[in-house]
Amino acid sequence: MVPRQQVVRISRTRRELLRFLQGIAYLSPVLVLFGVFIFYPLVRSIILSTFKTDLLGRPYDFVGIAQYRQIFNQGFGRSLIITLEYALITVVPEIILSLMLAVMASWSLRGIGLFRLLFSSPIGIAVASSSVMFKMLYSPNAGVFNYLLRLVGGSGINWLTNPKWALMSVAIVTLWRQLGYDTLHLLSGIQSIPAEIHESARLDGAGPWAMFWKITLPMLSPVLMFITITSTIAALQSFGPINILTEGGPAGATRVVVYSLFREAFFNYNFGLASAQAIVLFLIVLVLTLLQFRRFERSVFYQ
Amino acid sequence: MMSTWTMKRRLNTALRYVLLTVAAVVVVFPIYYAVATSLFTAPETLLYPPKFFTTRPYWESYREALRRAPVFLFIRNSFLVSVGVTFGQLATSSLAAYAFTFLRFRGRDALFFIILSTMMIPWEVTLVPNYMLINKLGWVDTFQGLIVPFLADAFGIFLLRQWFLTIPHDLKDAASIDGCSDIGFFGRVVIPLARPALGTLAVRRFLTVYNQYLWPLLITNSNARRTVQIGLAMLQWDESVAWNSTMAGVVMAFIPTTIVLMLGYRQLVQGLTAGAIKG
Repeated sequence: MVPRQQVVRISRTRRELLRFLQGIAYLSPVLVLFGVFIFYPLVRSIILSTFKTDLLGRPYDFVGIAQYRQIFNQGFGRSLIITLEYALITVVPEIILSLMLAVMASWSLRGIGLFRLLFSSPIGIAVASSSVMFKMLYSPNAGVFNYLLRLVGGSGINWLTNPKWALMSVAIVTLWRQLGYDTLHLLSGIQSIPAEIHESARLDGAGPWAMFWKITLPMLSPVLMFITITSTIAALQSFGPINILTEGGPAGATRVVVYSLFREAFFNYNFGLASAQAIVLFLIVLVLTLLQFRRFERSVFYQ
Repeated sequence: MMSTWTMKRRLNTALRYVLLTVAAVVVVFPIYYAVATSLFTAPETLLYPPKFFTTRPYWESYREALRRAPVFLFIRNSFLVSVGVTFGQLATSSLAAYAFTFLRFRGRDALFFIILSTMMIPWEVTLVPNYMLINKLGWVDTFQGLIVPFLADAFGIFLLRQWFLTIPHDLKDAASIDGCSDIGFFGRVVIPLARPALGTLAVRRFLTVYNQYLWPLLITNSNARRTVQIGLAMLQWDESVAWNSTMAGVVMAFIPTTIVLMLGYRQLVQGLTAGAIKG
């Protein structure tokens, strides 16, 4: 006869195995999909970036970091700088404007719901649609933006064809579209600040201006941090407006990273070089996301 | 007579409405102008100074847009892809979130960490290998090529898990005493309770997928599968199409998302609150 203790132990490991299998069963769709469409392609990107590839993208010759060197020799550094500049000129005004909109949207007035909906309306317009809409507004002769500029005494700008303005023009489209999301985020942040805090500050004689700087803004810092990082990551991934409005031009002035790797892969068929660019983008986003995760770790894992 | 206090209050309120209106006009202007232009005649779109409204809407521009490109077919394609991805993600994410909340097994936390870590991988990084894979599978220009790569998403799992955590575990114990299996508890208790979170996820996903541009640009090459965002760019690149018809296409394309946004506004706001975890 088997000793009783052993029976218990066997059945416990069996039960644990069954539980494990049950857990995996629930996770299997996600694990398979992530394996096939995220982890495998990521590994494949790393491989492609260190190999010479043929026109069909098959790797044939290990070259180490040679392709990384090559992309930087071919001006990828400029693409990186343009991308960072693009992120900066998109995200900074975006945060300031959406903060203003969110504060206004938090006023308790009759009909405020309508204004909230209007402020968030850009969410309903896709990137490609917004780009087409702005292309019309940017048109150099009969475009509305140049009309308004001339109205206030300025002269018209070649928004999309002047290297000095093109990046800004493309950034404005991204900025406008992101305003909706950011405003909603900040609004819900403002609304989650306990009313008593404002009330007691008011009793202490604080004006609205002081309350904004001393209470609202500090209390919003986690949300501000969140949208700063997510908008920066979104800006680093921008593609649609550039492809539709400038195609990386004029003279490469808007050739951001994703556009650059798109051209490298699907026009030059240099899959190795494109992958090297992709991995550099990955490393930048990785650092930004880790910054974000550090803040969130506690609430994610110890709730 | 009104006291100065009431006067000041009223003035303050009036000022706030003025500010709100100015801000709303600036934000909404591009949308308004697209709608207005879609109702101009072709010569009217080229006038200087530009027109800002018309008293005689010219609906022919919509007919012209539909003649130039099968806009309804493109919208249908976008709609099918968005709905497919949305429902697929609701299914995969809720199953995974259930495992991470209600099941205990070895390696669970490690798996959760691995799944969350995919949020750090920008989708563009895997673009080239994914394109090759879809090519090899023969899924270029198919709905599965547009849908399947996006059927799982870490954010959705995370969002639903946060919501599932608020469901008391006692419910599960009570259910299992009554002989309710896990899959029964999942289907009959957790999913109905999580309806608000599922709604949030659905609205977000629908809007995100409808918005996609780079992936459908790469893998569709026939009108039968082309999504509307790609179709619009075609309309726009065609020099012979005037702005009024292009804008008619834009307006038709954003009608579905605007409806989803208006109907799902509450869900969207709830989800944003859950997404922006307070540190």
